[in-house]
Parts: sequence; C-alpha cells; structure tokens
Amino acid sequence: MKKIFLIITIVFGVSLNAQQTPAPPQTEQVAIFGATAHIGNGEVIENCTIIFKDGKITAIGADLMAPTIGTMIDAKGKHVYPGFIAPAKPLGLVEVDAVRASDDQDEIGEMIPHVRSIIAYNAESKVVESMRPNGVLLGQVTPQGGTISGTSSIVQFDAWNWEDAAVKTDDGIHMNWPSFFRRGRWWMGEDRGFVPNKDYGDQTDNIKMFFLNSSAYGQAAEKEKNLPFAAMEGLFNGSKRLYIHADGEKEMTDAVNMAKEVGVKHIVIVGGYRANKIADFLKENNVAILVGVTHALPEYDDDDYDLPYKLPKLLVDAGLLVGLQNEESANFQARNMAFYAGQTVGQGLDKEKALQLLTSNTAKILGIDDQYGTLEVGKSATLFISEGDALDMRTNQLSKAYIDGRDVSLETHQTKLWHRYMGKFEREKTGQ
Amino acid sequence: MKFKLLALSFFLGSVSLFAQDYFPINDGVKAKKNNNYTAFTNAKIYITPTQVIEKGTLLIQNGKVVQVGKSVSIPKNAVVEDLEGKSIYPSFVDIFSDFGVKKPDRDSGGGRSGQYEPEREGFYWNDHIMPENNAINSFKYDSKKAGELRKAGFGTVNAHIEDGIARGTGLLVALNDGGSEAQRILSDKSAQYFSFTKSVAKRQSYPSSLMGAMALMRQLYYDMDWYSKGNVDTKDRSLEALIANKGLVQIFDAGDNGNVLRADKIGDLFGIQYVILAGGDEYERIEDIKATNAKLILPLNFPDAFDVSNPYQAQYISLSDMRHWNLAPSNPKVLDDNGVEFTITLHGLKSPSDLKDKLMKAIEYGLSKTTALEALTTIPAGILGKSGQIGSLQVGSQANFLITSGEIFDKNTILYENWVQGSKNIIQSMDIVDIRGDYNLSVGANTFAVSLSGSVDKPKADIKKGEETLESKFTYDADWLNLAFSEDGVGSYRMVAHVMPGSETIKGKVVLPNGDETTATLTKTKAFEEKSTPEEAEKPELVALTFPNVGYGYASKPKQETMLFKNATVWTGDSILENTDVLVKNGKIAKVGKDLKASGATVIDAAGKHLTAGIIDEHSHIAALAINEGGHNSSAEVRMKDVIDPKDMGIYRDLAGGVTTIQLLHGSANPIGGRSAILRLKWGENADGLIFPNSPKFIKFALGENVKQSNWGSFSRFPQTRMGVEQVYTDYFQRAKEYDTKKKSGQPYRYDEEMETLAEILNGERFISCHSYVQSEINMMMKVAEKFDFRVNTFTHILEGYKLADKMAEHGVGGSTFSDWWAYKYEVNDAIPYNAAIMASQGVTVAINSDDAEMSRRLNQEAGKTVKYGGVSEIEAWKMVTLNPAKLLHLDDRVGSIAEGKDADIVLWTDHPLSVYAKAEKTIIEGAVYFDLEKDKMMRETVKKERNRLIGMMLNEKKKGGKTKTPVQSKKELFDCDTL
Repeated sequence: MKKIFLIITIVFGVSLNAQQTPAPPQTEQVAIFGATAHIGNGEVIENCTIIFKDGKITAIGADLMAPTIGTMIDAKGKHVYPGFIAPAKPLGLVEVDAVRASDDQDEIGEMIPHVRSIIAYNAESKVVESMRPNGVLLGQVTPQGGTISGTSSIVQFDAWNWEDAAVKTDDGIHMNWPSFFRRGRWWMGEDRGFVPNKDYGDQTDNIKMFFLNSSAYGQAAEKEKNLPFAAMEGLFNGSKRLYIHADGEKEMTDAVNMAKEVGVKHIVIVGGYRANKIADFLKENNVAILVGVTHALPEYDDDDYDLPYKLPKLLVDAGLLVGLQNEESANFQARNMAFYAGQTVGQGLDKEKALQLLTSNTAKILGIDDQYGTLEVGKSATLFISEGDALDMRTNQLSKAYIDGRDVSLETHQTKLWHRYMGKFEREKTGQ
Repeated sequence: MKFKLLALSFFLGSVSLFAQDYFPINDGVKAKKNNNYTAFTNAKIYITPTQVIEKGTLLIQNGKVVQVGKSVSIPKNAVVEDLEGKSIYPSFVDIFSDFGVKKPDRDSGGGRSGQYEPEREGFYWNDHIMPENNAINSFKYDSKKAGELRKAGFGTVNAHIEDGIARGTGLLVALNDGGSEAQRILSDKSAQYFSFTKSVAKRQSYPSSLMGAMALMRQLYYDMDWYSKGNVDTKDRSLEALIANKGLVQIFDAGDNGNVLRADKIGDLFGIQYVILAGGDEYERIEDIKATNAKLILPLNFPDAFDVSNPYQAQYISLSDMRHWNLAPSNPKVLDDNGVEFTITLHGLKSPSDLKDKLMKAIEYGLSKTTALEALTTIPAGILGKSGQIGSLQVGSQANFLITSGEIFDKNTILYENWVQGSKNIIQSMDIVDIRGDYNLSVGANTFAVSLSGSVDKPKADIKKGEETLESKFTYDADWLNLAFSEDGVGSYRMVAHVMPGSETIKGKVVLPNGDETTATLTKTKAFEEKSTPEEAEKPELVALTFPNVGYGYASKPKQETMLFKNATVWTGDSILENTDVLVKNGKIAKVGKDLKASGATVIDAAGKHLTAGIIDEHSHIAALAINEGGHNSSAEVRMKDVIDPKDMGIYRDLAGGVTTIQLLHGSANPIGGRSAILRLKWGENADGLIFPNSPKFIKFALGENVKQSNWGSFSRFPQTRMGVEQVYTDYFQRAKEYDTKKKSGQPYRYDEEMETLAEILNGERFISCHSYVQSEINMMMKVAEKFDFRVNTFTHILEGYKLADKMAEHGVGGSTFSDWWAYKYEVNDAIPYNAAIMASQGVTVAINSDDAEMSRRLNQEAGKTVKYGGVSEIEAWKMVTLNPAKLLHLDDRVGSIAEGKDADIVLWTDHPLSVYAKAEKTIIEGAVYFDLEKDKMMRETVKKERNRLIGMMLNEKKKGGKTKTPVQSKKELFDCDTL
C-alpha cells in the first residue's frame, strides 16, 4: 500500500504546477494499451487499446496493432472509463454555501426559464476542479429554486471561461413541481412534519397556464418579446429538455401528464423517490429519470433502510432509462458520483450497468450521447485511467484524465495543500 | 330557561353570601339568613366511588353536606326532592386547568439577534423562572367557561398560568356562578407548577433546549438551597417565592412519557415527588412510568383516526402514529392495571364536552368505571389535600354533586343537575315532557303528519302533507313548542302550543297563511321508539407494542447468544486473519482461532465474509431530542443523556450500517457546549439502557464560525470573533479553578453545575471533544489547555488539523475528522480529504466521524476514502472507524477490535468492509444480535402488513362515522452540529 502512496506522489508531483491551468488542445495522438476498458454501454474489453487523436477516439479494441507514433501509455492492470457526468448540479454557481457573496445559484422569481446558468459558471471554481481527480469530467450546470428555476447548460470541467467550458448551451429547463404535501411551517409554531398542501391545485394549474401561454406565444405571428415565454420555446420543438424535479407518485404523474398535454417533447424526472411505484407509467410515456442520490436517508421511517441504495436498481430493472444525480447533497459531493453508483452494486446491480448510470445513460438523457458517455470510435476522448475499480472508493485512483483528448490536470487546491504540508513535515523530519 | 337558571342561582347565591357574618349590610335587613335544608331522597348515592348507597338520602345545608345515608332523618325545615331512579355523584375536579387565568400574549417584538440577559430586576437570573407568579392575581371568574365545565360534570378546578418553566402557584376555585370570590376560592395557593417550556412572553434565549430547561430546573433548586441558607446579600423575589411554596403540592407539566421520566428524575435529585401531567403515551414505557411512583394527571387526548382513503396521503403517516391512534385509548387501563394512580384532566381536549366520549372510549378499552370515577373525584381531591372538602359527599364536604338519570358512564345517561356549593345548576330539566312520537296535526280542514324524534330535550320535527315533506322550523323549550312550516303555493303556518304532561294531544294556536288565527291540535298516533342500536360489544382490536414502539421495533428485546463464526476473514484490529473462527459467549469475544468448536453455540458460516469490530462514530447527533443549548456561551451544565430519544429510527439505520457505539455530542452553538452521552445502539432499550455503562465523561467544545454566530444575523452574544473565543475559555477556566479551590478548602460555596463540570476538566476527570476548523483556533485551544495544565482529548472535524499535525501530536490530542467534506462554509476552504492521512502520518490518533445520520450508516466507506486520499493502509483505515475512535473515547479496553475478552460488539460483512459494495449482515452488541439482514427482510413484511391492517381499521372507523383527520407526517428534525 505504501507503494501506491509513492506512485501517486510522483504522478501528482510532476504535474503540480498545472493546477487550474486548462490543458491545451490535443496535438499528438495518444494510445492507452493493456487496459480493462469499461465502455460505458455495459461492455468491458480486457487488454484493450484505446487510441485518440484531435480529441476523438479513433480506435478501440483488444486486438489493435500498437501505434508507432504519439504518446504510449501502459495501462496494464488499470481501468479506463468514459468521463463521469454530474447532472442537475449548480456546480460553478456557488463556491462556499455559507458565503452569500459566492452564491449565484438561485435567482428571485417563480417562473424564470429565461435565466441562464451558463453565463455565471465559474470555470475556475475550486469545487469544480476537485471533480476531476475522481473522474467526474462533465456536468449540467443547473439553476436552483423557484418553480421554473431557469435554463441549464452542459459543461466540461477544464476550461478558461464559460464559453470554453460549454458542451451544450441551454440544454434544458428545470422545474420544481409543487408538493402535494408540504412541510409544517415550524417557525410559525406548526409541527415540522408534512401536512397536505392546500394550494397544490392552484399551483399546478398556474404552471400549466404558464406552459400553455408559452406555447401560444410561439404561434403568434407578430409579438412583443416576452423573455420567459420565449425561453420555453425549445421545449415544444424538442431542442430543449424539460427536467421535472419531483418525488411523489402523484406529483410525478400530474407533472408528466401536464407536460405531455401541453406538448413538451422530452421529459426527464429528476429525483423520483417513488418512481418505482409508477415505473410502468413512466415507461409508457417514454420518461427518463435522473434518480436521487443513493447516499441518502429514506424519506419515511417505515421505508426499507436501504431504499435509496437500491432505488436505481429497481428502476433499471423496470426497464427505465436511468441516470444518477445528487442535487440533494452539497456541490462538493458531486465528486462522489462514482460511489453513488457503486452503492447500487452492493444492492445487486451489475457493475457495468451501474457505470451506465454515470455515463451512457446520463449522456442519452442529457442529449450529448453523440459525443460523450461511451468509449466508442468517433466520440470525444473524454476518459480517465484509474488504478482500480473506479466505483469503489478504495480503488478510485486516477493517474490520467482526458477531456476532448486534452491531458487535464489532476491537481487541485486540495492536492496542493496536501503536498505543501507533507513537504513541511518531511523537511522538519530531515532537518532541512 | 337561561333566565330561569340565572335567577335561581342568583337567589341561592345571595343567600349564601351571608356566610360572611361580620360584614355590615346596607341594602336590606340582615336577619334573612336561609338555614333551611335541602334533602335528596331515594337516590343511588356515590359518597365516594367505592362507597355507594342505594335509595339513600343526601341532606345539605348552607352549601355543605350535612348528612348522607340510608336512614337520614329529614328536618322539618327541609325542601325535599324525590330522586327515585336517579343517581348522585360527587362533582368532578380538574387539577390542571387555565380557568379564568389569562395566558400571557406571545412576545411579538425582537429582531434576529438573541436576547441573552434577563429583563427583570430583583428576580431570578432567568426570566422563565417565575415562582413568584400567583394565578390568583390575574384570576377573573369566567361564568361562560364555568357553565361549560359544569356541563361536563366539573364542580371545582385548579387553575394556574400555563406559561414558563417555574410558573408559580395555582388556585382552587368552585364553579359557583352565584357565589362571591370569598366563597368560590377554596385556596389561593393550591399548588406550585413547573414545565420544560419557556414563557411565550419572555425573550431571554436561555434555555433554548429541553436539556437546558432541565439544567435550569436543577440549578434553580441548588440556588434555592444556597439562598435559603442566607448566603446571598441581595434580594431575589423568585427564590423567596420558591422557598415559600415548598410545602405545596408540586405539579409538573411534562406532556409525554419521556418527559414524565425527565421530570421525575429532577424531583428525585431534590427529594421532591412531582404530580406529573402525562402525555397519553405512557403505555409504551409502562414499567419506567410505574417506577417513578409519581401520581399522574392524565389527558384523554386520544387522537382521531387519519382519513386514509387516499393512498397517496396515507403513505405519509408513520406506523408509529397509526399505532398510537390504536393504542392511546388503552393508556388509562394500562396505567390502572399497573397500579399507577392518576387523575383525569380536560387539558388536551378541544372542549370539555369531549370528555364523556373519551371516558366512554377509555372504559370500552378496559378502564374500570370505579377507577375512572376516582380519577375525576377522590384522587384529584386527595392530590390537592382537599379530600375533606371536595371530590366526595362525606359529611362536611362541599355540596358539589351531580344528579343523573343513571350510571354516569352510560351512553344514554342524562346529566340533569350539577350542584356547586349548594347552588343548583340545571343542565337538563328533570321534568321535561317527552313529546316525541308521531302526530296528526289538524288545522281546520287540513291534516298534516308530524313526526317528532331525536333527543328528549331537543326533539326534531318532520312534517308532511301526504307524501310531500314540508319545509319547517321547530323549537321546544320549557314546555312550549313552536312549529312554523310552509306549504307550496299556500304560504306559511305558525303554531305555538303549551305542552301538558301526560296528555296525548297538544292543543295550540296557529296563524294561517292569510293571517287568521285558529286552533290546532296535535294528536299522537304512535309512541316514539328509540332506534335500537345493536349493542356491538365489539372488543377493541389492539396491535402489539414493540421495542421501541415504532416500525422495525422488536417484539422482544434481543438477548445474548452463544455464536460461533466459522471461516471468516477476521479484522482483529492490527491484522487480517483469513479462515478464522470467532466464538462469542456471554457477551464477550471468548475465542479467536482456527477450527474452534463450541457446544450449544449457533454456528454461522462466515466463509467469504468479513468479521470486524463494530463501528464507533465519535461524532453523532442521532437518538436525541435536542442538540444545542445556545442560550449561553457556555452550557457545561447541560447533559445529552437527559435528552436521549430511544425511538429514533437513526439508531436502527446505524445498526444496519454496522455502527454499534456513538458519542452523542452537544452541538456547536457555543464555545463550551454540553456534556456528551456515549451510547450503545441497543435498539429497543429505554434511554438509560442505551447509555454505555461506566463510560468516561466527555464534553463538547466548539470553535469558529458557529460559536461566533457568523452565518446568521445574530450580533449580540460574546464572542463574535476568534479573539473573543479565547477569552471565553480563559474566563471560564479561571473561574472554575477558583471555584474548585474554594470547594476543596471546605468553605461554603454555591453549587454550580457548570463550574462542577469545568472543574472536572481541570482535574482530568472529563475529556473535551472540540469542534474545530482552522489552525489558528486549534492552536489557541491547545495553548489555553496547557496554560490550565490539562490536555484537549479530541479535536472533532479538525479540518485544518493537517496544518499543525505535529503540534497536535506533541500536545497528545486526537483528531476525529470528516473523510472529504468541505466548501460548505468559509472556514472549510482549506479542508482537504488528505487530512486524515497527514495527521496519521504525524502520529495523531485519527478517527473518521459523521456528524450526520446519513453518513454515520456507511462510515466504513468513509474510512475507505482515506485509502484513496493519501494512501492510508487498509488496516489503518479500518482502525479509523473502530479502534481509534475507541481510543479517543477511552473505551479501547472494551470495544474497537476483535480480541479475546473484549465485548462482543462485532459486525459480519458481506464483503470487504472498506468497500462500497459491503453490507452489514449482522450487527452484534455484547453478544446480542441487534441487526440481522434476514430479520430485517421479515420486518419489512411485518411493517407492510401492520400498516395495512391499521389502515383497514381506520377506514372502518370512518365508515362507522368516527371522527377522522387529514393525514400528516410527524417528522423529526435531523440534527447536526449547527442545528439550533
């Protein structure tokens, strides 16, 4: 074990200065050979060679001839994965939760689809850079709060600025569906528990009217610009996805039915605590799901203690298209995405299927599967090499990561401090 | 009727006014005293619930019982009332009432900054302590409310100001509208009242928690003692009142079974036996309740069934709430069966008129009628020491009694009169004529069919012409009936008639649609028949209690077993042994080795599985009812062991994650927090049973943003900076040192729980676990400790520990940290996941903790992260959640590793314990299985079935017309350090 420690020190030591400096475009072909390649679509290729050039995978397979040009990386005994994707997070929108000045995730207003996350994305966020050493290389930067929170964009995590970072701009609109039950207003002397939300009907009707108005607005020949309505247009022509954040059976059913009725083309449920109870309905309606974080407590005392652990498996088994997200936990936790997937393996989900929850499934749900989510020829070389099984914390040890073929730094504010203080103690020991 | 009643009581009242013989009189002649008797004959008389005479006579004079018995000679100057077939009971007594006492208005002012100082001068240092309040001073007799109470059967109530922690004294008042205060007020200082709830009118922050309220109560008694011995130069009117009230009955408003035990414990410490207001859930922990020996004041607050017809709503209700609905009506019976003496109160009921239904329900669920009657009469009277005056009809008692048509707890029994202090109050007239039945109404040539049904006193009318029902309005009062009805196309008729007793016809006058008056006659055609409700002697169906009484509670508490684990991969602590057997016996690890055999042991095939010591979470906030006492910048006087919640589902979930021991820490709201409780997660035990026996003493300290109140707008409490934090410590330790010196010198000293606790730290008897983030403050804390010649035991969180790991090692302090948390506030900017590895590399004893109910249940994975971040070896990583926290808690001689002779607190894992793929299969504490994956599967089914059964019962309740309420989910707040 000490050996690993040494190796990591060396690997990290080399690229120490690269922290926060985005990698330049790929100029030279890279070939990784001898690896166990986890394709991301359920397949595994042992002793695999992966070649990429100009940011794209040009060849992948077990029986490839070793190239004679470019960088050769021996990955025998190691594992290669497509870059993990963290959807539905305000990464880069807030730096320190308790410091209001660093918080740009929640704009005021109930129906503000026109508010766009991409322009506030902090490409130099220390929280974002801490994703990379764990294999999380892409994310959906998502505004929070209100009923319609705004428009998200998909970014990669190694960029000079938000334009560089953008993978897919304004990809979807996020809506928090009202709850049929609401929490007691304890500050007003009510019990902390849940009580029926008497306004549910009005609230959901308001949403529907907003959608209908947005849709009608799109039909008008001449119009005075209405920014919120205009921002909704993509939902009806299929260029934007609708992300419905909801957990209850009734809430999900009502929300999906509403969205179908008003003509939304792509519907994704985010959360879905009770989605296994209406899996057939979701499947019939072709609704994908970004299921909630597995490292969570059950919502109800009488629920199985491991319900959050196994929920993704239940949904996969039911035949739904499932990705993982962790909007309920803090931003920095997005670097633990791999382990959220790993948790489902303990519940009996096949490891490669668990991997899909972070890669191909998520890419399909977000609509970036033409470029990301799997290790396939023609797709972006956004991948990483891990010393071992990347879904288990003990063995998730990255030695290399590439985004669009660029050799990105695995150094962070955190590794820098690690080296700095270990160095101090070493110096003190050796008396220098 | 109302007028009559009023006039009557006025008359009687004015008579009895002359009891005050020495008052001059100016509005008439003085010699008009009424010394006549009133005799009630031929009644069944309950002198007490157990002393009953058939066909007896009750003789009263001047508001008191003069004689009662079978053969009472009735004086000539007696008004005699024959009560043949009727019964007489003593009127009820409620000793927990707010009758006539205005509750103070809720304070509405104030910004977000807390108020830390008292508002008052000359009183106790805490505004919520108001023993000097006497309810009599704000008492105003409320005759409307008195009427409602009399209607429910009450003759006397004991009222107090339901506000504050020490609430002052109550008063005992007879519900005699006609009497004067001189007559009604039986006692102006009847009892002294306490609670755990702060005054709504006062803003002083302390105590902000249940444990703070408990500590305040204890300190109050210590201070009372100190003051009473003349040690205080200044005047404290609160303490003086408390001293003066010592001889009274002491009543504690607890409100649930846990708080009953908490109140009783405080009483035990000071030799006070409180009479305690219970919560209605005492059945859950009846043995503990019985052991208090306290008399209880019992509310009959049985919850209504939930309306579960909508399954989406029904899922919000927890099994434990459903169970409480099912079991609460059995609470009085359970108390009775266990010999717990109680009185019944109206407190907790929406209206006094609900009492009878609730009583009947309790009786249906097995409460004996005699106990019920005692609980309303002799027992409350006895508690107040007023047995000679109220609660019975012994000679000399006040003439407070009820006249009923029969057995008082019978559904159909009518309460006719409630006499209070010899004043008659009619609830329902005894000589009302029962006019119910079917009639023909003839008005001139027209005939209508009239049907009178409903109750005797308020019959309803139904009027038809032929088949057509006519719109009508009907009243019946004091033998007069009014009937107005209208016929389509004709107009309206208005009839008025006086009813003569014993007559089959009722004659009256009618005003016709055209305005003419004529006579009308109602002729009875059919006598009224009470709809025979089939006596459904359905026995109430009760679900079983579990330990604890929530979903996943056990039917019986787990017992120690002899177990032999075969061929496991055993993580002993310092090594990993393949194919090894472990024998567990008598709660201990008896043997570790190869090919072990043991007769009588349950053999568990552990091939391919891993056996480890149970996980120890150094920093947890589960199983608690409160976390922070933030009302002062030091709260060393509070104890987490006072607020343990043995019903918290977090316990079971932690067990399912392989956790066996936790340190339940106070939060981080103040530099000096409260005393910890170290718990073993023995799911099913009561609060005391969860405490790790003979565990070392700990206290929580905290540094940084939380104690400075940086992240919320509170600017009024010292300290607001890290500079101030140091001064808080220096000040408190200096004072503790001086306190201890004085104490040890043998001089008299004011016992101070806070100083006692801090002195324990100085004397090396109590260890500090200090919440900490940045290196400057960590360094400061160590220096303060060194200055006072002790060592900090543990820095918890310690996210910048890596920056001064060398200094920590030198000081000898351990570090208990998060694996990878950061970025949630400014002070964790430099928190790095390599922290554990760096601290360990410099010789610091490192633990990984949770501070979070979610993370606690997979601390094995968090330990796994130290392998990733900084390359900690697997054995060392595992120690960070077992042996190292055991060391930090000074429990490593008993738990934390697998070694012969240690306690059998162990976990069997399905996989490598540091792996995200591992599941705890069995979690064992002292040789008893507290979590078992197979058993959990079965319990899921049980929970599902029981929910379904209770939902069925509730649906049935709704069908039967029982009251229902909208589903709600009572949800416990999840705690972490910052929870205020």
